[in-house]
Amino acid sequence: MKCDNCGEREAAIHLTQIVNNSVTTLHLCEPCAAEKGVETGASVAKFPLGDFLASLGKTSGGEQADVAPGVACPFCGGTLKDFRETGRLGCALCYTTFEPHLRDLLRRLHGSSKHAGEAYAGAAGAAPAEAPAAGEAGELREQLKRAVEAENFELAAELRDKLKVLE
Amino acid sequence: MIDLTLIPDGGLSWLDASGPMSNIVLSTRVRLARNLAGFPFAVRGREEDRRRVLDRVDQVWQRSPLSRGGKRFLVDDLEPADRLLLHERHLISKELASATAHGGGRSFAAVYLAGPLGLMVNEEDHLRLQVFHSGFALGAAYAELERLDHELGAALPVAFHQEFGYLTACPTNAGTGLRASVLIHLPGLVLTKEIAKVLQGLAQVGLTFRGLYGEGSEVVGNFFQLSNQTTLGKSEEELLDHLGKIVRQVVTYEEQARQVLLRDAPTIIEDKVWRAYALLRYARSLSFEEAMNLLSGVRLGVGLNLIPKLSVYTLNKLLIYTQPAHLAALDVRAPKDQEQRAARAAYVRQVLEDEAARAG
Repeated sequence: MKCDNCGEREAAIHLTQIVNNSVTTLHLCEPCAAEKGVETGASVAKFPLGDFLASLGKTSGGEQADVAPGVACPFCGGTLKDFRETGRLGCALCYTTFEPHLRDLLRRLHGSSKHAGEAYAGAAGAAPAEAPAAGEAGELREQLKRAVEAENFELAAELRDKLKVLE
Repeated sequence: MIDLTLIPDGGLSWLDASGPMSNIVLSTRVRLARNLAGFPFAVRGREEDRRRVLDRVDQVWQRSPLSRGGKRFLVDDLEPADRLLLHERHLISKELASATAHGGGRSFAAVYLAGPLGLMVNEEDHLRLQVFHSGFALGAAYAELERLDHELGAALPVAFHQEFGYLTACPTNAGTGLRASVLIHLPGLVLTKEIAKVLQGLAQVGLTFRGLYGEGSEVVGNFFQLSNQTTLGKSEEELLDHLGKIVRQVVTYEEQARQVLLRDAPTIIEDKVWRAYALLRYARSLSFEEAMNLLSGVRLGVGLNLIPKLSVYTLNKLLIYTQPAHLAALDVRAPKDQEQRAARAAYVRQVLEDEAARAG
């Protein structure tokens, strides 16, 4: 049976959905299923953390209040929901955006959230991870563009000022 | 088909069995996960981001004295068979071997290889630095990797958080970004049925085990990869010391188990290892799993001095070259299953025959 979506590959996932009280069955190949966000056996195995994160979301309702639902990272646009689904964060700034939530998660995973290893020499005394490296006007401009796209105008103004100083 | 002879030692210098305890510990691998500040991680990255990450890394790598004599492979340009070949040599991860770009376009995934050092770009994290050493050599391996890390860190803006340390796409790697693993052969503990206890103990001391091919792979041929489970809250030295201490203990248990086997069931053990050798030497068809299990038996025989005149290096080589992509590379017909089993048996026979002839 061919995939309903691309019509090229063999269907491997058979998804029964109930939409508006009518039952529809979709036959999808693995790549199309993944594209549509359907969890296949392969993708579940690939993100074992996903289940853990999902269960975390259910049990620790109290801590969720620290990060309002729907808050998106100003740099990459990722949300906690995205993270729960993929088990992967979108960018370095996500660690700051979702800091309380991640501190809690890191403690559960590692028994500590405090880095005790080597410090990044280039980061000594510098601002946290979201700050771009000095002399990187191009990267600043890129961040500015993203901030505007994400309608984070506060950050955009800050980046614009930094860019001015740089130039 | 890529020419693997272009890589120094074919990327397999760790096979030479020159390292400490190399009869029981095949190899030591240490890796560091790093990301560049100012770029989204892989899941959110666009083609343009990936291209720029690779560009920046490329500039730094070309200038580095550590890259001398090295070689770069762009995953987008590699045939699936070549990707598999590099994966079977443990030079690229499964993820990189199957790299398809998020959101379409080119993946700009690459691997740089120079001696025991490797650098994967645009994997789950922007950078995955890794080093392979023969035998049990955590300290030496990490020292080498640290040099590469310092060099890259001095030239590239790395994502670092004052509290959380090095930032990674998956929080399980955050902090040091360090995963050290030791590939260890434990037939004695398996035969004496002590292995379950040892593996249970590992979890209690914050270590984890995997099969020959890392995360998600099954244990074959009694080969286990032991590695640290956590990466945050302890220094690099503490993580390595802890793993080292436990590995040394496991090696001692393994040696004790072997002595018990020799003492309590010498005939059974001797028969077992020689049967394994005989099958490898004369069989006409071998599945990968069967070959792995027989090689495990012969390796035990060599370790116990029951089978003389067979080198650990030869056994290590067989481990790599009897894998599917390697056999396919030897035989241009790219044999399927049944033919592949015959090709595997023929290859093993030839190698063992040559070795026997050399030994006289």
